[in-house]
Amino acid sequence: MTIARLKASLLVLPLIVFLGLFFIWPLWMMIATSVQGGTVRLAFPATAVAIAQWNGDGLPSPDVQAALIQDLRAEVVQEVFGDAVRSLNSQQAGFRTLLPRTMTALRNAGADATPKLERIDPRWSQPSFWLALKRGMPAYTDANLLAAVDLKRGDDGTIAHVAPDMAVNRAIMLRTFIIAAQVTLACAAIGLPFAMLAASLGGWKRNFLLLAVLLPLWTSLLVRTAAWMILLQDQGLINQILKALGLIDASLPLIYNRTGVLIAMTHVLLPFMVLPIYASLIAIPRNLMPAAAALGARPWQAFRHVLLPLAMPGLLSGSLLVFMVALGYYITPALTGGAGDQMISSVIAFYATGTANWGMAGALGLFLLVPTTLLYIVYGRLSRTPLGQA
Amino acid sequence: MASFKQVIGSAGLAAGLVLSALGAASARDLTVVSWGGNYQDAQRKIYFKPFAEKTGKPVLDESWDGGVGVVQAKVKAGVPNWDAVQVEADELAIGCADGIYEKIDWAKLGGKDKFLDSAVSDCGVGAIVWSTMLSYDSDKLKTAPTSWADFWDTKKFPGKRALRRGPKYALEFALMADGVAAKDVYATLRAAGGIDRAFKKLDEIKGDMIWWESGAQPLQLLKSGQVVMTSAYNGRITGINKTEGTKFKTVWPGSIYAVDSWVILKGSPNKDAAMDFIAFASLPENQSKLPQDIAYGLPNKAAAAAVPADLAADLPTSPANLSGAISIDIDFWNDNIEDLTKRFNAWLGK
Amino acid sequence: MPGSAAFIQFENVSKAFGTAKVVDALDLHVGQGEFVSLLGPSGSGKTTLLMMLAGFEAPTGGAIHVDGKRVERLPPYKRDMGVVFQNYALFPHMTVAENIAFPLKMRGVGKAEREARVTRALDLVQLGHLQDRKPAQLSGGQQQRIALSRSIVYEPKVVLMDEPLSALDKQLREHMQLEIRELHRKLGLTVIFVTHDQGEALTMSDRVAVLNRGKIEQLDTPSGLYDRPRTRFVAEFIGETNLLAGTVSARTDGVATVVLANGGSISCAAPDGFAIGSPALVSIRPEMLHLGNDPAVLNALPVTVEDDVYHGDHVRVHLSCQGQRLVAKAGRRDVVLPVGSQAFASFNRDDCTLVAP
Repeated sequence: MTIARLKASLLVLPLIVFLGLFFIWPLWMMIATSVQGGTVRLAFPATAVAIAQWNGDGLPSPDVQAALIQDLRAEVVQEVFGDAVRSLNSQQAGFRTLLPRTMTALRNAGADATPKLERIDPRWSQPSFWLALKRGMPAYTDANLLAAVDLKRGDDGTIAHVAPDMAVNRAIMLRTFIIAAQVTLACAAIGLPFAMLAASLGGWKRNFLLLAVLLPLWTSLLVRTAAWMILLQDQGLINQILKALGLIDASLPLIYNRTGVLIAMTHVLLPFMVLPIYASLIAIPRNLMPAAAALGARPWQAFRHVLLPLAMPGLLSGSLLVFMVALGYYITPALTGGAGDQMISSVIAFYATGTANWGMAGALGLFLLVPTTLLYIVYGRLSRTPLGQA
Repeated sequence: MASFKQVIGSAGLAAGLVLSALGAASARDLTVVSWGGNYQDAQRKIYFKPFAEKTGKPVLDESWDGGVGVVQAKVKAGVPNWDAVQVEADELAIGCADGIYEKIDWAKLGGKDKFLDSAVSDCGVGAIVWSTMLSYDSDKLKTAPTSWADFWDTKKFPGKRALRRGPKYALEFALMADGVAAKDVYATLRAAGGIDRAFKKLDEIKGDMIWWESGAQPLQLLKSGQVVMTSAYNGRITGINKTEGTKFKTVWPGSIYAVDSWVILKGSPNKDAAMDFIAFASLPENQSKLPQDIAYGLPNKAAAAAVPADLAADLPTSPANLSGAISIDIDFWNDNIEDLTKRFNAWLGK
Repeated sequence: MPGSAAFIQFENVSKAFGTAKVVDALDLHVGQGEFVSLLGPSGSGKTTLLMMLAGFEAPTGGAIHVDGKRVERLPPYKRDMGVVFQNYALFPHMTVAENIAFPLKMRGVGKAEREARVTRALDLVQLGHLQDRKPAQLSGGQQQRIALSRSIVYEPKVVLMDEPLSALDKQLREHMQLEIRELHRKLGLTVIFVTHDQGEALTMSDRVAVLNRGKIEQLDTPSGLYDRPRTRFVAEFIGETNLLAGTVSARTDGVATVVLANGGSISCAAPDGFAIGSPALVSIRPEMLHLGNDPAVLNALPVTVEDDVYHGDHVRVHLSCQGQRLVAKAGRRDVVLPVGSQAFASFNRDDCTLVAP
């Protein structure tokens, strides 16, 4: 490598550091967190050794119970204990109270006493708690990844579906992709004519249109949502106007359902569609449309054969942008949607901030990330095919 | 702009790491974090400013939307950039078990017996008592609903209703509507079939429901007439009645109250100042001013006793309002929130 | 002049943008198969005229007929004209073949015939080997030829060209001029050609319309324009000329005697008009001025040689005639007078013309 090249690569070093620190590292952490077990073994080292001998049938031997009692009596870093409790409770609801309660009881009983665990809490007589403990021991776990797609390890260790009334992630994930696709279509349907209009105008009219479409980006979420409520609710402006015009008798349900979600999300994501299309439209030489007309193309033919193909790179990047940003939405759908409009990010947020279950949050995030990345790669391939002057 | 927030959030987290490493040596002003809005305005007036004047050192205040993951991330990042934080009961319990809070020096607060039992913990000092309850607009609803059974009665009270999205509160209210006595609600939920029973009851009104997410939404829903009844936070209801002259009413029997507490984040460089602040905010003469601005109950017994009778009537802690009300069962929810949220979301989507 | 019947007719056509009149009550008749150039400085209205014919601008007054039909309200796609634009206007996302097939596709021509005609059109401009390239991969001249063949592949009644060669370098431009002329002849096209380059207009056209301020100053054959300019504008705009001011003192059929402002008298071919006593300008092309020492020849002007400038094939001699500057072109075989020498510049009666001042 020549000195010049070395210097050049030094110039991009800050970029590489930035990407590494703010993009790759968090991403790696997310993936790692979702498959890392180990905290249970760290918090219960003696139990880890003893429970490995247990075959998982019935209740474990008294040795295992004694080992657990030994671990619970030993001093352990509180945060490690907390992490272990969290990951156990995620697999078997109840550990959250069971372990601290057992620990307190054991310490109060004194070091010499040999209390029975099931006396302290009857849940210790349920094999499912012991199984969860055994399964929580390995350094790496697929529990989060499985749970993210409504699967689990059955009692015999094979992969099985979770109970139907607990199976929710796949449905929400699918719904997330459907909503994102619907919003993308809506944005394209509105954004293309809008960008064409803006590109065809000049001066202040063009600036006004572009400003209007950018406005929602600069408006706070709550103000925007409040505005949509005023417009869309049963007694809202739109329903009142439609009633006054005699077009409808009963209010149209425009908010707290999918319609509301689509309207509100399309509104705020529209600039991500309009701007790329607009950019590709103004790059089209001015005389192409007159040329098409002179060559015999009717307006719609000129649009179909000349304008649309040339606007396609913009339309594609706009669609991709809108789709990917839409995938991450959850506050807007939560505020304007109904029962069936929750998106996957709200589930991720629930695990991340609500219960500090980073493993589940990471696993769900991964299932959101992988299709998005694939999509991006496909787009990259598409946009590399030479499209005229591009 | 959820994703934007997430991006900023994760960038902030990483930046926080760097900054907190840099800032560890330099002193940061005491930073107090609460729920924002009118409530924090009132707190600023009666706690933050007077405390800053008394100590002669500035007090920074920030607001947050809750979530034990948020405080946990701050503590795990090294030196947290928050000191005293107001948390909900479940965040207190989980965080305390996880060791992300400093231990409270009860001697500075004059002893545990000065406070309600539910406001005392190793890691936190109760700040307010607040209720979630059935609310309606008495201007629009001529027959007053009196119970959660009325909430479920779509013949007697036609129209949409609203509850907070999530299993917490919804399951309790459903059981009460199904005839379970308030005091037996959690025993029923813990017993076999109790949760099924609650979901079955929710099935009855699923088609008439709007699910709200933020505390301001139920007010808007009531005001616009979009719903006839909703669950809502009591402080918000008395607040909007005062500021906008609405005639929203609440049903105390069947309400569920909870205690919010002050905690100090582990590793806080202003640990002592934070403890002094919490003691200051817990003094009866300071705390008793709060109900003038917002109708939350007071955990300090002497402060509660000093509230004028007309204001006390609106507080969740007044004896009349407590009859038929229950405290949220944090143990139950901390054990079951993940599974029940999953099930609730599955139920919603069906 | 082929096709004497007026194939394209502009009758009293005007176009105003706001208060600015760009085309002013203009009449123009073009015969079928004719190659007519619209020549003029920028802002003279030549491009607007073309755009009105193509259908991109609507006239504010008057009528346009093509092949006996009024067209000024027809949209461009119904006019069936080929248009070649200044920057070619090739569709960047289509291959060369697709570009040429485009007008055929728009007209619903079947695939097999489309391909056959595209091949023929490409052969016509000798670019058959480039049919699968994208326009961005072609040189300027190649792009121009593709644009040309795209505009004729559907055999339009008229081909309109808007300064099609202005983006090419000089050599390529001259080559393309010949090629377009040849196509015109081979296919019998009617061509309206807009240019601001008089050389181009004179080389290529059957007739040239010189436009100035929205009006046609003169519509004539190239030699007519050059040898018999009718207005001062045309005389000065086309080529180079010497103008001598004077008054008509006598005239017979086709010949007038003009008394110059500085004395002296000249006998000169004159078109109709120019009655005795009317002011006139005598226009003499520089190559028509002969330098000699004989004051007795017809139309001899006493001059002083100011400068001789060598131009390879000729020498430009700058002269001063009683304060007025004149230019003469001396052939290589002519005797070149040294600077400062006195001489007489003379010209034949038929080598000059009278134009209105």
